[in-house]
Amino acid sequence: MSTPSNLTAADQAANAAALSYPSPLKEFWQSFSANRGALIALIFFAALVLAAILAGVLAPHSPTEQYREHLLTPPAWVQGGSLQFLLGTDELGRDILSRLMHGARLSLMIGVVSVVLSMLPGIVLGLLAAFYPTWLGNGIMRAMDIMLALPSLLLAVAVVAVLGPGLVNTMLAIAIVSLPSYVRLARASAMTELNKDYVVASQLAGAGKLRLMFNTVLPNCMAPLIVQGTLGFSSAILDAAALGFLGLGAQPPLPEWGTMLASARDYIDSAWWVVTMPGLTILFTVIALNLLGDGLRDALDPKLKKLA
Amino acid sequence: MSEPNIILEAKGLSRHYQVSRGFFQGHATVKALNNVSFQLQAGKTLAVVGESGCGKSTLARQLTLIEEPTAGELNIAGVAIAKADAAALKALRPKVQMVFQNPFASLNPRKQVGAMLAEPLQLNTTLSASEREQRVREMLQIVGLRPEHYHRYPHMFSGGQRQRIAIARAMMLKPAVLVADEPTSALDVSIQAQILNLFMDLQDELGTAYVFVSHNLAVVEHIADDVMVMYFGSTVEYGAKETIFQQPLHPYTKALMSATPAIRQEDRRAKIKLTGELPSPLNPPTGCAFNTRCPHANERCRSEVPVLRPLANRMIACHHIETIPQ
Repeated sequence: MSTPSNLTAADQAANAAALSYPSPLKEFWQSFSANRGALIALIFFAALVLAAILAGVLAPHSPTEQYREHLLTPPAWVQGGSLQFLLGTDELGRDILSRLMHGARLSLMIGVVSVVLSMLPGIVLGLLAAFYPTWLGNGIMRAMDIMLALPSLLLAVAVVAVLGPGLVNTMLAIAIVSLPSYVRLARASAMTELNKDYVVASQLAGAGKLRLMFNTVLPNCMAPLIVQGTLGFSSAILDAAALGFLGLGAQPPLPEWGTMLASARDYIDSAWWVVTMPGLTILFTVIALNLLGDGLRDALDPKLKKLA
Repeated sequence: MSEPNIILEAKGLSRHYQVSRGFFQGHATVKALNNVSFQLQAGKTLAVVGESGCGKSTLARQLTLIEEPTAGELNIAGVAIAKADAAALKALRPKVQMVFQNPFASLNPRKQVGAMLAEPLQLNTTLSASEREQRVREMLQIVGLRPEHYHRYPHMFSGGQRQRIAIARAMMLKPAVLVADEPTSALDVSIQAQILNLFMDLQDELGTAYVFVSHNLAVVEHIADDVMVMYFGSTVEYGAKETIFQQPLHPYTKALMSATPAIRQEDRRAKIKLTGELPSPLNPPTGCAFNTRCPHANERCRSEVPVLRPLANRMIACHHIETIPQ
C-alpha cells in the first residue's frame, strides 16, 4: 500500500517544520526533570560539587587548623555548641563542616576517577569478550574470575602495597578491583543484544565490528552500566575510606570523608557528631547518586520517554 | 533455464553445524541445509516453503552472507562467493538485504527511524548528511510512513509500521536480492495483506529479486513466481508456482497443501494427515528423510536417498512419483 509520490519537497519541508521535535538535549531534560527524586538528587549533588569547588571560599575555617581550646565541641544546635563551629569539632579541635567541604573534593574526585578508570576499560573488555567469545572472550573472563576470587579489599591492599600508598594509587586500586563487575555486566548485556536481529541488520548494512560494538550494541547495554557506575561511585568512596583507615589511602591530615569516619570511631559514645556528620554526608551522597543514576537511566531509555 | 539475468544462483548449497553433545561425547553434526540448488531472476520471487526446522532460516542466513556455507556454490549478481576476496565480498554485501520475521527485534530500540534508515547510506555511499536525509524521507513515503515518523523511535510504532520500517531499511541501498524471512507471520492478517502488497509494489518499482521464506501457503500463492518446498534441510519439490499449486506431486507437498484452510467448500482438498514430527537432526533417518512420515514409504525409501530429478516441469525428490496414485 505505497502512497503515490505526489508530495513535493516543499510540502515535505512544511510538514517537517510543523512537526518539529525538541532538540535531544531538551527532550532529555524534560524526561529527566519529570522524575522528582532524580531532580532533588541532582540539586543536592550540584550543591555538593559547588561546595567542593568553592571550599576555599565558603569554608569557615581551615580544614587542618586545630583549635586546642575547642576539642570535641558539639554542633551549634546542641547544648554546649557554638555558632563558630556549626557542625562541631573533632577530637583535635578541627572544624567538621570545613573538613567535610574540603573532603568533598577528595571523595568526589576518588569516585569520578575510579569509576571512569574502571568503567571505560570494563566496557571495552566486556564488548571484546562478547564479540570474540572463543579465545579472547574466554581469556578475559577467566582473568576476571581470578580477580573476583580474591576478596576485593585484599586485592586493593595488594595493589596499593605494590604501587605504594597514596591517593592516586588508591584510586587505581579501586578501579582495578571494580573492573570485573563492569566487564561481566557489559559482556552479559552485549551477548543478549548480539542475538537480536537488529544487529544482523546492521551487519547487512555494512557495519564493521567496531561500529557494531560501540554504535549498535553498546547504547542498548548502557542502562545497567550507568546504574552500576553510580553504585560504583559510592562504593569507591567507601573503599577509599577503608584503605584510608588501613593507612594506605589518603594520608591523615587530608580531610577525606572515609578517613574522618574511621579516625573518629573511638568517640562514637562520647561525641556522636564526629562520626555522624561524615557518615551522614556519605549516606546522602550515595543516595543522591543512586537516585541520579535511576533518573539518568530512565531519561536515556527511549522506551520510557513520554512522547506522542 | 539459462536466462541471462540470473541474479542469484545456488548450487549444492549445504550448511552443517557442529554441535557439542556434552563434555566427553565429542561433537555431532547437524545437517541444517543439504545440497540446495536454485536460480532466481531479477524481479522474480522464489518462495521457500516448509515447516519449522526444515532449514528455511538457515538458507536465508547463507544467502545474506551472514554465515559461510559448508559446501556448495553461491553466485550473487555474477560473483562467485567462494572465490571472492574480502573487498569483493564487502562490495557484495549491500546487494543482498534482509527483512526479518519479528519486527519487534529487528529494529534498534535506541535509534530514531531516520538514523536507522540512513545507516546503510552512511556506510555504503558518499552522500552528504542532507542528501541522506532526503533519500530517507523519500523512502519513508514510498513505504507508506509519514514524514513526522522520521524522528520517532521504534517502540512508538505498531507491528505493521515496524515491518514497513524494516522493509524501508532493507530497500535503502536498492539491493539486487531481498531475503524475507517470514516477514508477515508476526503480523495481523489484515496487516499481512498490506505488507505483501508493499513488497510487490516495491518489486515492480525496483526490480528486486525476492527470496521469500514462509510457511504460509496462501501468502506464497499470492506473491511467488517459483516455489521450493523444503523438508529436513533438503529440497523435495521445486518448480513454477502454477505447476506446484495446481498439481503437487511429492507426498510432502501434497500434505502441506492439504493443510491450508479454505473457506469455500469446493476449494477444500482432502486432508492428508501426517503423523509424527520432524526427525531429530542429531539422529537423521536413513534413506529418504521423509520416510518416517510418508504414507507411501517402503524398503527402498528407508535405504536409498532419493535424488532431485526433473519430472513433469519441475524438480522432485521421490522414488515413487510414477507409482503412487495421483
